[in-house]
Amino acid sequence: MTIEKKISKKTIATETGVSRRGFVKGAAAVTGAAIGSGAITGFPTIWAQNIKDVTLRQFGTGVSNINAVADKVKEDLGFTLQMTALDSDAVAQRAVTQPNSFDIADIEYWICKKVFPAGTMQPMDTTKLKNYEYISKLFIDGKLTPDSEIAQGTAPHTVGFVEGADSVEFASAPTQWMTLIPTIYNADTLGIRPDLIDREINSWADLLDPAFKGKASILNIPSIGIMDAAMVCEAMGEVTYGDKGNMTQEEIDKTIAVMIDAKKAGQFRAFWKSFDESVNLMASGEVVIQSMWSPAVAAVRSKGIACKYQPLKEGYRAWGGGIGLAKHLSGLELEAAYEYIDWYLSGWVGAYLNRQGYYSAAPATAKKFMSEDEWGFWMEGKAAEGDILSPDGKVMEKAGAVRDGGSYEERMGSVACWNSVMDENKHMVRKWNEFIAA
Amino acid sequence: MASDTSKRSSYFLITPMALIFAVFLVIPLLTIVVVSFWDYDEYRILPDFIFENYNYLLGSSVTWSIYLNTLKYAALTWVFTLLIGFTVAYFLAFHVRSLTWQIVLFMVCTIPFWTSNIIRMISWIPFLGRNGLLNSALINLGIVDQPLEFLLFSDFAVVLADVHLYALFMVVPIFNSMMRIDRSLIEAARDAGASGFETLKSVIVPLSKPGIAIGSIFVITVVMGDFITVRLMSGGQSASVGLQISNEIGLLQYPAAAASAVVLLITVLLIVTALLRLVDIRKEL
Repeated sequence: MTIEKKISKKTIATETGVSRRGFVKGAAAVTGAAIGSGAITGFPTIWAQNIKDVTLRQFGTGVSNINAVADKVKEDLGFTLQMTALDSDAVAQRAVTQPNSFDIADIEYWICKKVFPAGTMQPMDTTKLKNYEYISKLFIDGKLTPDSEIAQGTAPHTVGFVEGADSVEFASAPTQWMTLIPTIYNADTLGIRPDLIDREINSWADLLDPAFKGKASILNIPSIGIMDAAMVCEAMGEVTYGDKGNMTQEEIDKTIAVMIDAKKAGQFRAFWKSFDESVNLMASGEVVIQSMWSPAVAAVRSKGIACKYQPLKEGYRAWGGGIGLAKHLSGLELEAAYEYIDWYLSGWVGAYLNRQGYYSAAPATAKKFMSEDEWGFWMEGKAAEGDILSPDGKVMEKAGAVRDGGSYEERMGSVACWNSVMDENKHMVRKWNEFIAA
Repeated sequence: MASDTSKRSSYFLITPMALIFAVFLVIPLLTIVVVSFWDYDEYRILPDFIFENYNYLLGSSVTWSIYLNTLKYAALTWVFTLLIGFTVAYFLAFHVRSLTWQIVLFMVCTIPFWTSNIIRMISWIPFLGRNGLLNSALINLGIVDQPLEFLLFSDFAVVLADVHLYALFMVVPIFNSMMRIDRSLIEAARDAGASGFETLKSVIVPLSKPGIAIGSIFVITVVMGDFITVRLMSGGQSASVGLQISNEIGLLQYPAAAASAVVLLITVLLIVTALLRLVDIRKEL
């Protein structure tokens, strides 16, 4: 009941209009006339009119820069959201070097660890977010359930909070100041072509199985590729790690040595850097086993080609992203940004993301926007009763299908490591370049 | 007094060019040189004066293997574009008699270059792939029974795409040089009893040298700095200097990228200087 109340757009507009934005400093700053007329015509209308002129510029990786979200924002909240999609490297670069080129940064947590200390963003006051309480515990204290183990790597909760409003120091426990509001996350594993592989795949070590010589691929984004490589080396028993998300120089050297040997032996067909490359490699049959992202698997399947997102016994490599505020935001724009972020958590986007095979940061709110069958398929690992449609209405899975890897708890509960940036990052990147050049 | 005025007016006349050079060439170049001595961490570049970037770059075996690889691509591409460019230019200049046809055929050569070079490159991928057109055709014709894997994501694919992309850069200047050769020289050679090959060797090749040099400079500088062809056609499995720089920029390691760029610039300048020593291209201009 409370949720439904919160997600009704009218309620949001009035509530926030009266209480939070009582005097709308921003509006006052923008135009004095607004206050004058505001006194006469009543506040919410004026606020609603002003906010229509607000344009928020959001940039981020392609995964969550969805035009449908911008359209829905316009419809529900009235203001304009401009989206720019870039690759993760470019996102990090722009967040640091061009702090005035964006209002909202949609970045991954490991990028946040790099970017937030540069001081180009401001933390969010969680008391201003009505939906804060619905955010998955994974992002608050790192534990999906009270007894789950915290995975290695840059777990989102470790960079999710700072000490104060002006701080760039990450807090060790939850505070009132959140760096990113989680939006989207998932557990990654290997994608395979079951029609071209005639045995069971159950370990990361299978990526380097000589049986797939010349038919394997790994992604060539150093900070993520090294994790997949570490999962493989650990599974093979070649290297043992203290923390795969923060390796020592020696661990990095050993990992890269294993990968270079495999490369020289001709194990890899190609390395991929972008989503579409991974789809094409798999769909064309150049590669039968590779590191992959969930929607890429869906894209291969939508071409009518068998592709499985194979759960592996060592667990998943997880990643998560969130949206944060640019330092320069203030006044009405800042209010609009808060409004947007609260709305993001209120369920509609969550349901949209869940239907794409990602996970919503606030599952409880997303549930309200999904049918029981959809919820059962995507979140509970149940067989689909009817056809499962993508957000744009294409059939993704036929009735009877079961999601690879099962339920939300099964998948997010067996995360072995989060995407991360290491202390030895410089060394790692150099070694990774050796691997690519070898 | 008069010489003062003319001096002043010539300074005035060179000012726009000098400004353009200063703003778009000299200042950016100096910035790159300066930044190459800076320090950096994951998300910041720190003004400093250190040799660490160069130390690592010049001391690392990776750099040497990357340079070797890049030079290999440049050399192979140069040889093939030269052979193709020279042959095509020779055909256009000496075998096609009418000027109209020369122009028409020359235009035909340039038509593929009206499309984006990324598209021209990417279209090789489905053609050369394991289940691509070429492999399917070869298997159906019974010429091979296993798909040829070396066709795609290999050095072969990189050089093929480079040659395809840059052959025109060789054709144009060589054709231009050849059109300037006085036809009576060739008649004279023939009258003096030279065979076709001797004429080619002692008359046409020497007189086409400026064109060959210009074409070579184009092709070599472009291939030395290329990163996208290497990345796409090798399937990310080979490295080139350009790709290294692009990776470093992507990871916010601007000082390292700047140092790589300075070293690459020096290397290319050395190659170009060597070429200019061999051939006096001023004759052409």
